[in-house]
Amino acid sequence: MKFTSVFAASTAALMIATPVLAEPKAEVLHWWTSGGEAKSVAVLQQEFADRGGEWTDMPVAGGGGDAAMTALRARVLAGNAPTAVQLKGPAIQEWYEEGVLADISDVAEEQKWADVLPAAIAEHMKCEGHWCAAPVNVHRVDWIWANKEILDANGIEMPTTWDEFNAAAEKLQAAGITPLAHGGQAWQDATVFETVVLGLGGAEFYKAALVDLDNDALTSDTMKAVFDEMRVLRGYVDDNFSGRDWNLATAMVMNGEAAFQIMGDWAKGEFLAAGKVPGEDFLCGATPGKGFLYNVDSFAMFEVDGDDNKEGQAILSELIVGPSFQETFNLNKGSIPVRTDVSLEKFDMCAVKSSEDMIAAEEAGSLLPSYAHGMALRGAQSGAITDVVTAHFNSDMSSDEAVQMLSDAVANSM
Amino acid sequence: MTQWLERHVPKVVLAPTFAAILLFVYGFIGWTAWVSFTRSKLMPRYEIEGVIQYTKLFASPRWDTAMNNLFIFGTLFIVISMILGLALAILLDQKIRTEGFLRTVYLYPMALSMIVTGTAWKWILNPGLGLQATVQGWGFENFQFDWLVNPDYAIYTVVMAGVWQSSGFVMALFLAGLRSVDGEIIKAAQVDGIPTPRIYSAIIIPSMAPIFLSAFIVLSHLAIKSFDLVIALTGGGPGYATDLPATYMYAMAFSRGDIGQAASSAMIMMMVVFAIVVPYLYSELRAKHD
Repeated sequence: MKFTSVFAASTAALMIATPVLAEPKAEVLHWWTSGGEAKSVAVLQQEFADRGGEWTDMPVAGGGGDAAMTALRARVLAGNAPTAVQLKGPAIQEWYEEGVLADISDVAEEQKWADVLPAAIAEHMKCEGHWCAAPVNVHRVDWIWANKEILDANGIEMPTTWDEFNAAAEKLQAAGITPLAHGGQAWQDATVFETVVLGLGGAEFYKAALVDLDNDALTSDTMKAVFDEMRVLRGYVDDNFSGRDWNLATAMVMNGEAAFQIMGDWAKGEFLAAGKVPGEDFLCGATPGKGFLYNVDSFAMFEVDGDDNKEGQAILSELIVGPSFQETFNLNKGSIPVRTDVSLEKFDMCAVKSSEDMIAAEEAGSLLPSYAHGMALRGAQSGAITDVVTAHFNSDMSSDEAVQMLSDAVANSM
Repeated sequence: MTQWLERHVPKVVLAPTFAAILLFVYGFIGWTAWVSFTRSKLMPRYEIEGVIQYTKLFASPRWDTAMNNLFIFGTLFIVISMILGLALAILLDQKIRTEGFLRTVYLYPMALSMIVTGTAWKWILNPGLGLQATVQGWGFENFQFDWLVNPDYAIYTVVMAGVWQSSGFVMALFLAGLRSVDGEIIKAAQVDGIPTPRIYSAIIIPSMAPIFLSAFIVLSHLAIKSFDLVIALTGGGPGYATDLPATYMYAMAFSRGDIGQAASSAMIMMMVVFAIVVPYLYSELRAKHD
């Protein structure tokens, strides 16, 4: 009953301050507009309404959030920012540096976020030590999805090293099956690239290269080996991959046209939506290597005027991290709760594995932010790396050249 | 009073438009120029930092690709559209019976938006769906036409789609030009027994010089502004092989939160447009004074 008492107390405070009780308000800018995602947001909306709040929905779809960011820029420039905005990773700190984010430490401390969130992830939600954003979910990026029937028919186990993967792929190719379903879009190339960096280099190397942008790591022999492997993987995709959307690549695995796909766990949603059962129709496994690459969606809280808006913001923050929303939302979205204390009874085996791996990785220090999904680096730097990765993947550039370009591009983007 | 009104009403009526253009065109050009000299990231900042954004821009291999593509695309698009347009116009000019119908057929692609053109050509050129798959389906197993997914050739598919869309429009321009040539001169030439090809090359085409210039200006600004065609057809890919300056600017401003970099690329694009338009304006204005 802690929640109600907090609410009662704050309401009481409000009543003293203003004779007329204003309804808590929140305007939420997000781009969760597709089926499962829209349903997930509706859950939050309902919970907010149950607490007496008035929710103004501001969904801006398109361009994977680009359109929403344009809308946000216009609102901030006009001095009228929404209460909460779907933002993630270093973008939160970038907006903080523009001086427009609010401090929600009161709610975070009251709710003991520090105790239930993995430390690495909690760090993303803080701006110079105070809390400024509320995390929603954890997507794991380094997943490899497989068609079970194909693997069984060809006597292949889920690969645990990249050499095993290559051997399996050769075998599949000989049997006339496309080994790797892939969509030739820059972010998908980057997704595969980062899993290879983690797999061949390990957590330390990943951190040095893609988080700290250490030039020695970027030009190292390990990085050359990563590009070599990318070149090998290029040979395992079909001829028609250019520009293909990720969900079409997932469908290839589903329909038995391809054996594997390397993609975050939003791909699981596609399998489940098609009525496939994990463990029976399709398999999920971590990509070869040790570690966990996370992609955490979150809501950044913007500075707002008026007690009703501030009140709404506090309630919203509390609800987002609250266990009931964490469970319902993530069941709909295919990700896992960011809280480590939520029961996983209702979740499928892939989600349970993801959660176990996350806790293990947190202890081993290999819980790492995904660069391809904007968790590790700012837009300019991650964009510069992606340019090189996609240019290398789509041409016959040598690994030496790629490493040199990578180092130049990163230096140039600073 | 009436006189005063007569003298000033035109100015008063034009003033809002003039002010709007001053602010929204030249004002924002000035703003972009200012921002291009700052370190603006997500939001514009106004402390001048020098030419750092331009240094970065010219060091970026992606910008190089974009400028090279603009050169390849621009040149081929303009030249092929003009040649095809002129050829079609001359053929249509032979007093043929179904001219009205044919003219509409060739002009129609112009009625489509570039997005539609791009999407249609994406399907036609997709090796697994379109031309290649169809011809292979007819039994020519070795037929290959994978330019769309080949980074070295993808830019030429953009040229194809662009030419398909614009050559009909150029044809209409030239047709109007052909019709405006004085019939008396042509008849005189025919009486003198000059062969038709020679009439075209020595009399008609030279007298159409202003039309060539208009067509060139229209096509070149279409080429420099090209954005939607690339987005729909290749999405800038494979990799960034078909990036153009406009798509580069969009990526920097809206996906990467690098407004300073986007502003500097916009300024370079504007200079390219000026390099083409200013000589044109100059020659036009001078012609009037003569």
